[in-house]
Amino acid sequence: MLRGDRRYGERGLKTGATAGLSENKWERPVKKIFEIPMYPYARSTDQDASPRARHPVVIIGAGPVGLAAAIDLAQQDVPVLVLDDNDRVSTGSRAICFSKRCLEIADRLGAAKPMVDKGVLWNKGKVFFGDREVYDFNLLPEEGHKMPAFINLQQYYFEEYMVDRVKALQAEGKEIEIRGKNKVAAIGTHDTHVTLEIDTPEGSYNLDADWLIACDGAGSPTRRMLGKDFVGRVFEDNFLIADVVMEADFPTERWFWFDPPFNKGQSALLHKQPDGVWRIDLQLGWDIDKEKEMKPENIIPRLKAMLGDDVAFELEWVSIYTFQCRRMEDFRHGRVLFAGDSAHQVSPFGARGANSGLQDTDNLCWKLKLVIDGKADESLLDTYSVERVYGADENILNSSRSTDFITPKSTVSKLLRDAVLDLSEENRFARPLVNSGRLSVPCVYDGSSLNGPDEGQLPECSRVGSVLKDAPFEDGFLLEKIGGKFQILAINCAIQPVTTNGVTAEVVQISTPDEAMISVRYLGKAKTAVYLIRPDQVIAARWLTADSETLTTALKQAMGG
Amino acid sequence: MADLITTPNIPNADDFYAELLAAHDGLEDAASNALNARLLLTLSNHIGDRKILSEALEVARAAG
Ligand SMILES: Cc1cc2nc3c(=O)[nH]c(=O)nc-3n(C[C@H](O)[C@H](O)[C@H](O)COP(=O)(O)OP(=O)(O)OC[C@H]3O[C@@H](n4cnc5c(N)ncnc54)[C@H](O)[C@@H]3O)c2cc1C
Repeated sequence: MLRGDRRYGERGLKTGATAGLSENKWERPVKKIFEIPMYPYARSTDQDASPRARHPVVIIGAGPVGLAAAIDLAQQDVPVLVLDDNDRVSTGSRAICFSKRCLEIADRLGAAKPMVDKGVLWNKGKVFFGDREVYDFNLLPEEGHKMPAFINLQQYYFEEYMVDRVKALQAEGKEIEIRGKNKVAAIGTHDTHVTLEIDTPEGSYNLDADWLIACDGAGSPTRRMLGKDFVGRVFEDNFLIADVVMEADFPTERWFWFDPPFNKGQSALLHKQPDGVWRIDLQLGWDIDKEKEMKPENIIPRLKAMLGDDVAFELEWVSIYTFQCRRMEDFRHGRVLFAGDSAHQVSPFGARGANSGLQDTDNLCWKLKLVIDGKADESLLDTYSVERVYGADENILNSSRSTDFITPKSTVSKLLRDAVLDLSEENRFARPLVNSGRLSVPCVYDGSSLNGPDEGQLPECSRVGSVLKDAPFEDGFLLEKIGGKFQILAINCAIQPVTTNGVTAEVVQISTPDEAMISVRYLGKAKTAVYLIRPDQVIAARWLTADSETLTTALKQAMGG
Repeated sequence: MADLITTPNIPNADDFYAELLAAHDGLEDAASNALNARLLLTLSNHIGDRKILSEALEVARAAG
């Protein structure tokens, strides 16, 4: 959670640190994207409506998660209204690392291309301990995926491209709207709808929503107004996070320091973003004076100690944060659904915040669409909570472990941590134990009530409950052909589409002599296979062969029975 | 005879490490040290091979 955010003015910081940059350089005539209103306040007819307007779905929050939910629903022709108390994208970068799964979802939402084009690709990194470089690594990503394992990209660009996509959908005539400077001030919950009171620069108005998705961030006013729990662990530590602009020739690698000479007893991170912006994370410890640490005269020497005296840099954004790992007990409360940081929070090590938030909406939106259309029972929405709570727990577990490794809490955990690092220099066996953040990968919904039969002879990596693994297919990729609706992958066999409750699962026919990677990932030693795929690209059931009745039963189950 | 394994050999290393830390939960430093010593002796007995144990001692001494 961000505490005491502060963005420095247009002119940057006039200190010795900018020496070397010419005057006009740090004058920055061009405004940063997060300084420009993207969806400025405009009066809506709803503000004068009587009786008050009613919307099928209202989303609170135009952060990455709210925007993803809105685009997903609009693509399915559900009219959607997004309310945000602000009118621009995230100030400063916050999230910088976006994972493959997140990009695959963004691709289904039609927004991934500019992200990947702009983002920084990286696979290499170095780990330092004290004054030594203990080892370097190359993550060697698996081949045959459209999306990279992850990219670094400022959160404000991520949001900008999502807003662009919203505007493109509007141009296509989809009913999707973002209202800036619309702050939700009160919420009334009913069995059949939710009533919202909204403050605007021109006074307040009310409206009704059949469904409300609360994507209003870690401090979620919705959660507070509904009086819901948010329990978990608060980590007693502070991190100084600085995005600096510099013309440095550090390589495109993730550098992580344990106990470096320039930040004794603490940790540090250096990572590259587009536009010559570098993310610097410096652990400060628990017992600090935040106000004081945020002062440029205290920040600049810290950064100089790290970067060296002769590197010219400018601060783009600085903040001090503490963090917590916690979640709501239930992500659904009647007609209110929580997604993203409002539902769960993790420490930033492992880049699981925005990444998991997009997995929430990916899971939620098709279910909500089926319920709105009367094709599935409302209880299908409870499986959203069950499945995503499961995902949140996995993320919390992973990021708590990373945090415990980076900031050991007891003498013995520090002893063991340092032993691992000492060994890692000469002994490869110790390196998997070094934990400065684990790459975010999607969870497998093992044991979900929506899962149908699994077939143990087929490859483990494509078991029921997992996200479909991408693979080259025809002249593109498998995931480009799958998603947004129920589908059946029929590999080396002929299958007819099936329909239940007005929902049809269409068939994608694949013959593997032409598709080597699909064969490895979906057949293994088997000759034929049939996979039923949910709209969120999750495998619902699989068989060696299946008849219509078997498929219909599984389709029904995947829709909640 | 086998050599000391110095390549990664523990499946789900993060789970193992978390279990190792959890074993120390709530212990004072002295009790933690004692636990480490008992663990070391237990594992050494399991390995048994004197050559491997000597090599492991060498690795541990060199890394410090
Ligand atoms: C230092 C740092 C580094 C991070 N690094 C990563 C990373 O590398 N990868 C990653 O995936 N995640 C990362 N995260 C986490 C990521 O930033 C968040 O998980 C993400 O922003 C959550 O998105 P969200 O849409 O749920 O909430 P937010 O982005 O917080 O958006 C909430 C929105 O709700 C609006 N709102 C709030 N209250 C109201 C109201 N009453 N009425 C109307 N609107 C309201 C706000 O204006 C805001 O626009 C990082 C976070 C931090 C702090």
